Amino acid sequence: MDDLEDLYREIILDHYRSPRNHGELPTPPAHRTEGFNPLCGDEIVLTVVVDEGTISDVKVAGHGCSISQSSASLMTGAVKGKSVDDARHAMRSFKRMMTVADDADEAEEPVDVRSLGELAALQGVVKFPVRIKCATLAWNTLDQALVELDA
Amino acid sequence: MSRFDPERVRGDVPELRRTVHGLEMAYLDSAASSLPPRAVIEAMSRYYERTHTNVHRGVYEIAEEATEAYEHARLAVGRFIGAADPAHEIVFTKNATEAFNLFARSWGATTLREGDVVVLTEMEHHANLVPWLQLKADRGIELRYLSVTDSFRLDLHDLDERLAGAKLLSVTGMSNVLGTIPPIRRLADAAHAAGALLSIDAAQLVGHAPMDVGDLGVDVACFSAHKMLGPTGIGVLWARAELLESMPPFLGGGGMILDVRLDGFRPAEVPHRFEAGTPPIAEAVGLTAAVRYLEGLTMDAVQAHDLELTGYALERLGSRFGDKVRVYSPPDLVERGGVLSLELQGVHAHDLAQVLDRHGVCVRPGHHCAKPLMRRLGVTALARVSFGPYSVERDVDALLDGIDHALGMFG
Repeated sequence: MDDLEDLYREIILDHYRSPRNHGELPTPPAHRTEGFNPLCGDEIVLTVVVDEGTISDVKVAGHGCSISQSSASLMTGAVKGKSVDDARHAMRSFKRMMTVADDADEAEEPVDVRSLGELAALQGVVKFPVRIKCATLAWNTLDQALVELDA
Repeated sequence: MSRFDPERVRGDVPELRRTVHGLEMAYLDSAASSLPPRAVIEAMSRYYERTHTNVHRGVYEIAEEATEAYEHARLAVGRFIGAADPAHEIVFTKNATEAFNLFARSWGATTLREGDVVVLTEMEHHANLVPWLQLKADRGIELRYLSVTDSFRLDLHDLDERLAGAKLLSVTGMSNVLGTIPPIRRLADAAHAAGALLSIDAAQLVGHAPMDVGDLGVDVACFSAHKMLGPTGIGVLWARAELLESMPPFLGGGGMILDVRLDGFRPAEVPHRFEAGTPPIAEAVGLTAAVRYLEGLTMDAVQAHDLELTGYALERLGSRFGDKVRVYSPPDLVERGGVLSLELQGVHAHDLAQVLDRHGVCVRPGHHCAKPLMRRLGVTALARVSFGPYSVERDVDALLDGIDHALGMFG
């Protein structure tokens, strides 16, 4: 069951049991975006405040599996207080880490897993392709929010 | 009632010989798709090796054999469900979903006007929801719903009220999430008294319980072969002959016409009117073999076997896990089949299914194509357990050990 432990690392279970930045920010000033995983029915609500190119606050609410909930929690920690450019850079790196081998050939550069910090805890997910959408749900919702905000 | 030995059925199903993560496979996902016995696979192979060509075309020997095999499937399936006129009442489609779309688009779109009422239930699979929602959007029909009680049954206290003025009641024959079997005969009588037709989504029912469309008094039934030990790629729309005859074609093309001119066409007689293009011939041959296999087991025995395992699972889940596992399914063995859905305290259905996979246990997590029901139940995802004639108590035991593991991991 080694790869199961690789999927459910302690840091993932910790973020699942005690999600960081969980809930909703008041709108306005926050911007609210909903994300859906049609495969499993998971729904999340992301609220984010972007202030002069910086993500000054972000929260995620909703239901989901340990992978989607911990990924959302880890994401908020990774982007809160960062510039939109840095957040987009982290998003690209994270999505590359979540790319299965065949598609990775098309990636322009290999992922430096160390640069991802705690987000690297989710790298075991790539061995369970069905679960990749769980891990990327929060990131895709943030991506959509940033597009909507024209940030 | 004669009972069969599920170990013998296991021996007939080649897929159960494979292992999953080095373990015997505990296949508890028959509601998603059942595992075909060797007889089904071999019948299809034999067809492709000896008889394959197109049907209703050539006059050479194998063309006649292929046509006969395809038309014979109609008779075999029709007799299996008690159709009065199998040769004219069985329409082959791609699956149950396409059968519902055919019915909704052909009967619904020509019969239903703005404001006409179709009654559905909160426990329907999307296959018996979305085609009617499409007619609501396109033609402005009104949809009413029978609710689900807290004991996971249909709430029938206002049945006559809901049916007043309705043209159709369309209801599941067995819920693919809860396992609940609604009282079809009673619903048929109520619908007919109100001047409405009754159609049933028989996808979960037909392979798991005796089903006689005449005795049930239904007008339309839709189901898929792959949920009754048959192959994927073929489904069935059964409707009473006079109803089918009143319906215009659904898809147009070869095979469904009597005559075509540059300025128009005349449709063929039923059931060919509804089968445009080359049909699923090998699949029909496989479906015939599946029907024969089920008849060999007898449907009474198949149902009794499902219920025995359901009783075992309900008892073991309750005694071993208590409140930590919530079961979304009627708590007894009355008017239900071998399907139950689970929610574990603190464990999402996807995580449970992932852990179960490592125990060789196959269950389905998610919304089960019944999102309105999931909203009614107040959940986003459940893990569904479902049985087939090859299921045995040790499949349930593997499930219980996997649940124990998941509770320990996430709890």
